[in-house]
Amino acid sequence: MRLASATFIFVAGLLSGSGSLSAQHATAFDIEDGGRAFRNTCANCHGPDGDQIVGIDLGRGQFRRSLSDQELVGIIRNGIPNTPMPATNMSDVQATKIVAYLRSVAASRKSVAAAGDAARGKAIFDGKGACATCHRVNGSGSRVGPDLSRVGQLRRTTELELSLLEPAAEVLPGNRFYQVTTKDGVSITGRLLNHDTFTVQILDMKEQLRSFVKADLKDNGFVPTPMPSYKGRLDSQETADVVSYLVSLKGRANP
Amino acid sequence: MIGRTCLFVVLAAVSLQAQVTFDRILGAEREPQNWLSYSGTLFNQRFSPLTQITAANAKNLQLQWVWQARSLEKFEATALVVDGVLYTVQAPNDVIALDAVTGRVFWTYSHQPAPDARTCCGRVNRGLAILGDTLYMGTIDAHLLAIDAKSGTLIWDTTVASASQRYSITHSPLVVKDKVIVGTAGGDMGIRGIVAAFNAKTGKEVWRFHTIPAPGEPGNESWSGESWKTGGAGVWNAGAYDPETNLTFWGTGNPAPDWDGRNRLGDNLYSDSVVALDADTGTLKWHYQFTPHDELDYDSTQVPVLADISFRGRPRKVMLWANRNGLMYVLDRTTGEFLLGKPYVKVNWMDGFDHKGRPKRVPGKVPTPEGTLIQPHVHGATNWAPPAFSPKTGLFYVAHWENTGTIVTEGLSPRPVGVNTRQTTMGQVNLQQFFNNDDEAYGVVRAYDPNTLEPKWEYRMSDITWGGVLTTAGDVVFSGGKEGYFFALDARTGELLWKAPVGGQVNAGPMSYSVGGRQYVTIAAGSALFAYALPQGQ
Repeated sequence: MRLASATFIFVAGLLSGSGSLSAQHATAFDIEDGGRAFRNTCANCHGPDGDQIVGIDLGRGQFRRSLSDQELVGIIRNGIPNTPMPATNMSDVQATKIVAYLRSVAASRKSVAAAGDAARGKAIFDGKGACATCHRVNGSGSRVGPDLSRVGQLRRTTELELSLLEPAAEVLPGNRFYQVTTKDGVSITGRLLNHDTFTVQILDMKEQLRSFVKADLKDNGFVPTPMPSYKGRLDSQETADVVSYLVSLKGRANP
Repeated sequence: MIGRTCLFVVLAAVSLQAQVTFDRILGAEREPQNWLSYSGTLFNQRFSPLTQITAANAKNLQLQWVWQARSLEKFEATALVVDGVLYTVQAPNDVIALDAVTGRVFWTYSHQPAPDARTCCGRVNRGLAILGDTLYMGTIDAHLLAIDAKSGTLIWDTTVASASQRYSITHSPLVVKDKVIVGTAGGDMGIRGIVAAFNAKTGKEVWRFHTIPAPGEPGNESWSGESWKTGGAGVWNAGAYDPETNLTFWGTGNPAPDWDGRNRLGDNLYSDSVVALDADTGTLKWHYQFTPHDELDYDSTQVPVLADISFRGRPRKVMLWANRNGLMYVLDRTTGEFLLGKPYVKVNWMDGFDHKGRPKRVPGKVPTPEGTLIQPHVHGATNWAPPAFSPKTGLFYVAHWENTGTIVTEGLSPRPVGVNTRQTTMGQVNLQQFFNNDDEAYGVVRAYDPNTLEPKWEYRMSDITWGGVLTTAGDVVFSGGKEGYFFALDARTGELLWKAPVGGQVNAGPMSYSVGGRQYVTIAAGSALFAYALPQGQ
């Protein structure tokens, strides 16, 4: 009975406290959608990290006053009168996804990266980690792997940490690797740029743009990501340092 | 004297382009050089009786001309061809008349849709209808226009429904006798679907059928509360006509709201159905509902394909239907009787039919707060792209998708899984890079035997497809896909005979015509219309 009452209070709290169950039940897709909408709409004034307006840090859940999800949805949709915050034509669902994104960013910022040191992370990136063998940052390094110059704007700390420790866990469609084998037995591997029923286009490991007609090949198909796991190669402090460095990468002012 | 001679020459040229009577439309197979309605005939078989291009020589097809639309909307229209003149639509609503041999423009009629026009899925148009010397176009602001086919001038403009209430028209109208019939889209935005007939000469409304019955009408009890008022069931694809029964057939769209049936309890008639309406009065003669109480957005707005076939050993007048819900059907088109139904892709929301052809729902395969994996995908196994039927091979040709699924979340937009999870499958005009694994979704053109609904052959594409299918008496099947090829297959084996890179995704159905004894086949891809033929002299 007590347990049942406690459950009831908890559920009631969810309903009344947040005013929006849907933001809390957001899926990874909703959060991703929300992030996209945030970058397209809100970031123009609030900045990519949501911290460009004094006293407000959207990515850390810091507002002028404490706001429920539903209140935030209302502000996104209706704006705040007599302030530069305008109304938008977003639906309730769209605004809810932005709130879900902001809540998720705030939650992730409390994790590992806080403990890292970006300068130490850069040293590991360039040295022990040998990350530039595959990745490029601000014009230096290989083009074979994803360019990381703006990765701090694009990915959250938890995602970056996961990519270091379990690189195969999530590979974006544009970062998948592909291997073709010609009829004379030569294998060429590279990042898949495009393919269709008849042809395939890759950036090979020598950074050459290559296009193949599938009918001319002995074999072709996806291969696992060549990104190694740094679990065991870097200790937890080193991992936090590298994540911290990656988070600091926001792109150059004039690329 | 010289002037009079010139006048005579002009008149002689014009007289070659005779009026398109309804008898000509009804007997369109007797003039295979022309393409007089959306799918060629009112049976919507998208079968060209032309035989110059064959499975043996299709490999020699060559590009004859390209016409570039000045529009970045998806090019979904199938052209009409009447005696050497090709009519098509530049999205959203500009009518173009071209020389079918050279692709040169005769005239353009521009319609500026009202600013409050809204469509769910692109400001698109799928084609025109013609009767006499008049072309008919439905517009995205829910008007029906009559345009002079010779001069490109407006004859009349009738408001079918209110654009501000989110009604629109995106499909090709259906001409029956002296009437032009259209349906209204907007089912995702809470309209109440309409099919309406207008006098072809005057634009005056003759009859109107609501796809959702009003209180007091049979079927209204299938909607709880006031939900019938905004229940959707839009009509946004071409209808068919059977002169023997004087019935027109229309597929209807999803009930609204799409993925949330909690406030519209009941079967939600006549959403996701085919309705058979008397062409003279609009009276409902029969209906068959493919997906009762749909919460998965399985519009049944596919093009009805009518055929006279031998079914289980006896002649039968049927309707063939590859539905978005993953099931393929054979219905008796005279009575609406369910003859056969079968999944043609992976389907997990139903498991078999009752004796009347009602699908048996699988418990739990409904939107939930946690999300439920549903197959097929939210865009279905196929969508609106027109299929084809060859009376020669007896096969039903459908372009569709395999191995797709959707996570449906209660009250929220669903998410596709396994395919294009980061891109819209509704597609863009420009080619998009697409990356899939073998275990993810892919596109196919398949040939089905209507007696068994089993596939005879399959042609597989890396990517999914939004292309329609054309088949010809030369035993060729033409289709295209999202990855930007237009191709020809052997209608009996599915073997790839020929392909052309068209540099943009195919969002339309192919069609065929001939001028001066030369057969052409056209396809819209990206923002352009392409015409192919065999080299001169072959």
